[in-house]
Amino acid sequence: MKRHIILLLIENEAGALSYVSGLFSARAYNIESLTVAPTEDPSLSRMTIVTTCTDYIMEKMSKQLNKLIDVVTLLELTNEPHIEREMRLIKVKFETIAQLNDVKLLTNIYSGNIIDVTSTTITIELTSSGDRLDAFIKSLAKHNILEIARSGISGIACGETSLHI
Amino acid sequence: MKLSGAEILIRCLKDEGVEYLFGYPGGAVLNIYDALYQQDDIKHIMVRHEQAATHAADGYARATGKPGIVLVTSGPGVTNAITGIATAYMDSIPMVVITGQVSSAMIGSDAFQEVDAIGITRSCVKHNFLINDLFKLAETIKKAFHIAITGRPGPVVIDVPKDITNPDIKISYHYPDTIKIRSYRPVVNGHPAQIKLAVQMLLNANRPMIYTGGGVILGNASEELRKFVYGLGYPITSTLMGLGAFPASNDQFLGMLGMHGNYEANMAMHECDVLIAIGARFDDRVTGELIYFCPYAKIIHVDIDPSSISKNVTVDVPIVGDVSVVLKEMNQALDVSVARPDINMLKEWWITIDGWRSQKCMSYDKRGDSIKPQAVIELLHHITVGDAYVTSDVGQHQMWAAQYYGFDKPNRWINSGGLGTMGFGLPAAMGVQLAYPDETVVCVTGEGSIQMCIQELSTCLQYGLPIKVITLNNHYLGMVRQWQEFFYGNRYSHSYMESLPDFVKLTESYGHVGMHITDPLDLKPMMERAFAMKNRLVFMDIVTEQTENVYPMISNGKGHNEMHMSPHCELSQAWEGR
Repeated sequence: MKRHIILLLIENEAGALSYVSGLFSARAYNIESLTVAPTEDPSLSRMTIVTTCTDYIMEKMSKQLNKLIDVVTLLELTNEPHIEREMRLIKVKFETIAQLNDVKLLTNIYSGNIIDVTSTTITIELTSSGDRLDAFIKSLAKHNILEIARSGISGIACGETSLHI
Repeated sequence: MKLSGAEILIRCLKDEGVEYLFGYPGGAVLNIYDALYQQDDIKHIMVRHEQAATHAADGYARATGKPGIVLVTSGPGVTNAITGIATAYMDSIPMVVITGQVSSAMIGSDAFQEVDAIGITRSCVKHNFLINDLFKLAETIKKAFHIAITGRPGPVVIDVPKDITNPDIKISYHYPDTIKIRSYRPVVNGHPAQIKLAVQMLLNANRPMIYTGGGVILGNASEELRKFVYGLGYPITSTLMGLGAFPASNDQFLGMLGMHGNYEANMAMHECDVLIAIGARFDDRVTGELIYFCPYAKIIHVDIDPSSISKNVTVDVPIVGDVSVVLKEMNQALDVSVARPDINMLKEWWITIDGWRSQKCMSYDKRGDSIKPQAVIELLHHITVGDAYVTSDVGQHQMWAAQYYGFDKPNRWINSGGLGTMGFGLPAAMGVQLAYPDETVVCVTGEGSIQMCIQELSTCLQYGLPIKVITLNNHYLGMVRQWQEFFYGNRYSHSYMESLPDFVKLTESYGHVGMHITDPLDLKPMMERAFAMKNRLVFMDIVTEQTENVYPMISNGKGHNEMHMSPHCELSQAWEGR
């Protein structure tokens, strides 16, 4: 079992996403994260899927994904040198100014942004690799984290390798 | 000229050259039915259940190679059609299914006869479309036909909300001649280097084997296949779906392979050193237990669907492409090749195969007072000179028809191989008979299967379809009974058919001819009489030996060389655990 990241360019049409998710659910495979948004060409969407399975299953799934009528092209990112990023929005409750300062300090160390502050809460935005995000969350362990919103992974291959029509 | 959505829909079908539309009316498709009423180009066949509409369209497609077209209403119309759509999907049959939908504004409101047709059919179609813009209707229909018939064929559903077909909203009509879909470009030509490699491997083989499937029939590649097989002089076997692509009467044909395949075909698969699979998908009923599959063979696989390659069995030389084109390329490569197969090795291989063949695995006990189902099929071959279109349902009768009829031509054997749909045979035969009104069309069925779509006898009367129905009636769901005998200690749980109808009276009440045949001596004269009635549907209720089993048989978990043989063939092996 191994973590796989697949990039898809897919027709930006109603129902296209359900074809993709249906392939996974029909085989009882879980999608760990899925991000999708239109590309600069609005008739196309770009999708990043993260799943954990064997290489053998991944190869079969790639073929099945490619077979879908709406899938234009596909790249298995885990086979390439690549960069992946995820954004997390983290809301922390504080009671004392010392607590607030501590959260601010940690946010600075991790190069995060403070995007909202109220008299009792502070919300931080941090975009990074999964490991670093986890480390940041861990560093906040003594604080009262109210909520974490994860964007899911977006990925891109290094160098000239690119996903295009 | 401006047309309404309903008129556009019918006009598109006409421009696609559609001859028959199999359907059933209902609220959401009334506009379309009104447009149908006002034209004579497309003949609508009204079935008695939407499942039958899909099977009839499917049978038409399998026999003609043209797509089958279905029109059903929303809600239950769609859900009833699902079995037939899934049947076509599993066997890669080109079909366009138009489903009515409630008006766009009502979708999602739990409206009367509303189901999410797009969601419910998603996993059993090649693709589906929900029409949300009248201006896209014609183009979408073109896309649907293009997707259904190209590449690996399959059913495509077009869901049409009622407001789209509103007779009062008319727009100008244009049907595109061709269409390009950027995300859908099936590969047609095989990779030249792979073809060269495959040809080399085949010519260097000591014990070669050719294994073909339904793709050869779907790809219209029968002629190229014959040239290929005759040219090489190699043995060939076929899956259930591929029967007829190569003539069964030819000596190079070893019969069907797989769970109920011929001894010589399965043994040759097990012992071969180079296997070429053409338009076949290594189905579990074909391969037996995968770890024992072709243990000595290098495998070449020709298929139009890249996802079929190395799906179940890892292959050495994959060739993605249209089987007809690839076979043609291979035949050309063979024509110019100076290398030839090693005649001595091939001769030895044939001697081994003839040894297996001499076991006569298809022999059965012909004695006794009851009619043997195998004898019925052999007689059917005799009476129809092996030239009938034969549809079947699912079970023992299906296997016997496949084993004993001996198909020499493609598109003649029409059955639900992948999904295994009981109830398929009679409606499929309707589609075939409509396509070929002058040909003999036979539905080989059982007393279990026929009752799943027996209402279609009424459709057959309405359209004057002189189908010959052969019911091998053993009062059991025979294949279930056989498995219960072999694997469940003779506990025949719910496989006995009690309270059967009087099929003769039933058939007569539908306006057809019924025959009840019990005596082996009556079989030939009565069948001859039935087939002499060219213009009548004749239902032959043939009471057969109750406990006859289908042999050979490979049980679950066994390899091709571990068949359970008929007790009546020369080689009767002890059956493990029996």
